[in-house]
Amino acid sequence: MSANQVRKKILLLFAHPSQKRSEVNLPMFELAKSLDFVTCVDLYSEYPRHHININREQQRLVDHDIVIFQFPFYWYSTPSLLKEWQDLVLEYNFAYGPDGTALHGKTLICALSAGGAEQAYRADGYNHFTVRELLQPLEQTARLTGMRYLPPFAIFSSRSTECQRQQHLANWRKLLEALSFELINDDKVAELTTINDALPALPNLASMAV
Amino acid sequence: MTEYFLQAFIYLAAAVIAVPIAKKLGLGSVLGYLIAGVIIGPVTHLVGQETATIQHFAEFGVVMMLFLVGLELAPSMLWQMRNRLFGLGGLQVVISTGLVACIALLFEQPWSVALAIGLIFSLSSTAIVLQTFNEKGLSNTEGGRNAFSVLLMQDIAVIPMLAFIPMLALPDLVAAAEGLQSSAEHHEQLNLVAHLPTWAYAIAILASIGGVIVLGHFLSRPLFHYVASSGLREIFVATALLLVVGIAALMSLVGLSPALGTFLAGVVLANSEFRHELESNIEPFKGLLLGLFFITVGAGINFEILANQALVIGLLTLAVIVVKASVLWGLAVMFRIKNSNRWLFSLSLAQAGEFGFVLLSFSVQQHVIPTDVATILQLVVALSMFLTPVLFILFEHVIMPRYQADTSNQSYDDIGHSASVIIAGIGRFGQIVNRLLVANGVKTVVLDHEASQVENLRKIEIQSYFGDATRPDLLHTAGIENAKLLIVAIDNREQAIELIKYVKHTYPKVKILARAFDKGHNYELLQAGADYTVNETYFSALELGAEAMTELGFHPFETEQKKYAFCQTEAAASNQLYQQWLGGSEGQKFDPNYRKLFMQMEESIKQAMQRDRMDKHDGAERGWTPPPKNYEKGFD
Repeated sequence: MSANQVRKKILLLFAHPSQKRSEVNLPMFELAKSLDFVTCVDLYSEYPRHHININREQQRLVDHDIVIFQFPFYWYSTPSLLKEWQDLVLEYNFAYGPDGTALHGKTLICALSAGGAEQAYRADGYNHFTVRELLQPLEQTARLTGMRYLPPFAIFSSRSTECQRQQHLANWRKLLEALSFELINDDKVAELTTINDALPALPNLASMAV
Repeated sequence: MTEYFLQAFIYLAAAVIAVPIAKKLGLGSVLGYLIAGVIIGPVTHLVGQETATIQHFAEFGVVMMLFLVGLELAPSMLWQMRNRLFGLGGLQVVISTGLVACIALLFEQPWSVALAIGLIFSLSSTAIVLQTFNEKGLSNTEGGRNAFSVLLMQDIAVIPMLAFIPMLALPDLVAAAEGLQSSAEHHEQLNLVAHLPTWAYAIAILASIGGVIVLGHFLSRPLFHYVASSGLREIFVATALLLVVGIAALMSLVGLSPALGTFLAGVVLANSEFRHELESNIEPFKGLLLGLFFITVGAGINFEILANQALVIGLLTLAVIVVKASVLWGLAVMFRIKNSNRWLFSLSLAQAGEFGFVLLSFSVQQHVIPTDVATILQLVVALSMFLTPVLFILFEHVIMPRYQADTSNQSYDDIGHSASVIIAGIGRFGQIVNRLLVANGVKTVVLDHEASQVENLRKIEIQSYFGDATRPDLLHTAGIENAKLLIVAIDNREQAIELIKYVKHTYPKVKILARAFDKGHNYELLQAGADYTVNETYFSALELGAEAMTELGFHPFETEQKKYAFCQTEAAASNQLYQQWLGGSEGQKFDPNYRKLFMQMEESIKQAMQRDRMDKHDGAERGWTPPPKNYEKGFD
């Protein structure tokens, strides 16, 4: 990899219906906005009445290589507008069906914040499943639409720990840089519950963003 | 008669030439008037003897100014500001007075003269400082806000000072004056209470103050209502003047200060819905008369004394600035005003003010300060005011840069709360807009020309004012310069357009949201510069239409989708129609092309409605699209 390697273009679809209360997601979104290789879309701001412009959203998908769903984890799934987005935008013969190849080869990753502790998202925890397992509908959606699926980037206990937030933001930046330079090795991350565990091994790329 | 015209011409011409130049140079209008006075007086000798006579007339400007100061002082606001106002402002007045008086004592002045001088120099220049804050955008800094409380306190303090200073009269001066008066023409003022016994005198004073308060509170509003409902603007102006002149006359008759009376009347009316209208009516008179007053001060400056005593005057000015600035600095430390704000607070208020001139001439009249001392002091006041812009430049270029780093990451105020919204027209439409905003904590100023409407709203505690929103001066008093939004919801089509044109031209930063009566009006509003328009009947009709569809058996969610599709198609086509309309010939805006386009729009809406969801991807809006029947056979 070299500094003048062409970056992949990232589409960040941010779905947060209560941004006044956001402590982790909003800083993450602001950080992403400062990076020129990330297109940042605040879905709830663009479609406050849930009337999604399908043509525009499909064009955005076509124009980017990597799609990130960023959202707070609501009832083990996405907030409703992001679900509406999936229902409307991923149309027959666009995302699936005989002519539905528009998303082939693109990457999908979720960046989510969960209020519960990491131990709760385990077979022996009170949520019984890992976040990766709970997100299986999205994983399957990616598979059906021919997208490469990466394990989620997650922060746990997101409403209680102040000190891990700075670290999380640093990791977030590292992840975005690594995604844009295609530094993530599928074989190494395929079995991970969250992609967070793969980040320490990656080089720090902030200095390359010149 | 010719003489009067000539003189009026000279005064006005001097003001017209000098004031705009002074303002451009960042000196402010007060200094502009002073310079104009200096030029037509001591420099060119165009005017001379009559300045003293004119000054009496011009002092009425001060009376009006205090009326306006009173109008600004709603008791509730004073209560909110009480700590800053009486703590910070009160201490500033007391300590500065004390220190300046001590300096005067060092110059071997009698204690009464020293005290009067202290009072005079404790005041700063409201006119210069507030105007500079506005020009430089410093009003909302911590230093600016604190400076404002101090200035307000000083303006209030003028009232007791006017009452107190006559008690300091020097027996020698009074005797000399009486000797002069008896030999000169009989000049005694009309005074009803001069020969009453003390107890009756006290009763007369209490009765007249009480009268002003009680009548101001109970009688003024029905009177204004009555006059306003006649719809005659000039009679409203006449009523406002009548009020001020009447109170001034009453106060003079019982031997009290007219300024005190009008100030009280102002406070009484501060909560009235007519406040803005009164302000904008009295303001020009006050401005001109006060300007006249400053011109006479400038014209009265004695250059001979300035030349002879330049060193003394210069040093005194410096002393005044240093003493005042140090007092302010100390108070800033005490009240925890920090960093660059401490400097701003201390430097901005270090001069003497226009009330200094007023109190000086008042003190001379009341035989408190000898004329020769007053002449020198007048020069000191003027010079310290001239130096104010220098202090601001010092602040901006030397002090600010040092603090730039720590001010940059200060968090800014909450959006809704610092933003103010002016709503013009509070009828059926404006009311709903206002209720939504107020319910969400947004500060609104509401203007309407229906006095009864305004009164009804005030009964349910909506902050509203009587006045014609299309008048620039009323918009000004409503604070259009600092408003974020103007909402136009007035009943008159043409006036709405004129209002938008004016505001867009004069205050391009203010966003304008406007209510339109119909499509044609909508386009006219857009053309006039409105940023967002809405047809008053459009959305309510749409709701009703949707309800009709649901009644007819359409599923409510399908109705919602159809309604939205209708809106989208309409909006896109409407934009096209607007372009067409703009191109249409003047006076015949709905030309045949436009009509053709309108028909096209109706057609495309119809199509959008009837298009099946299965139809392809060009609909303005589509709901969830199911895959075709038997599509699952395509998968392995």
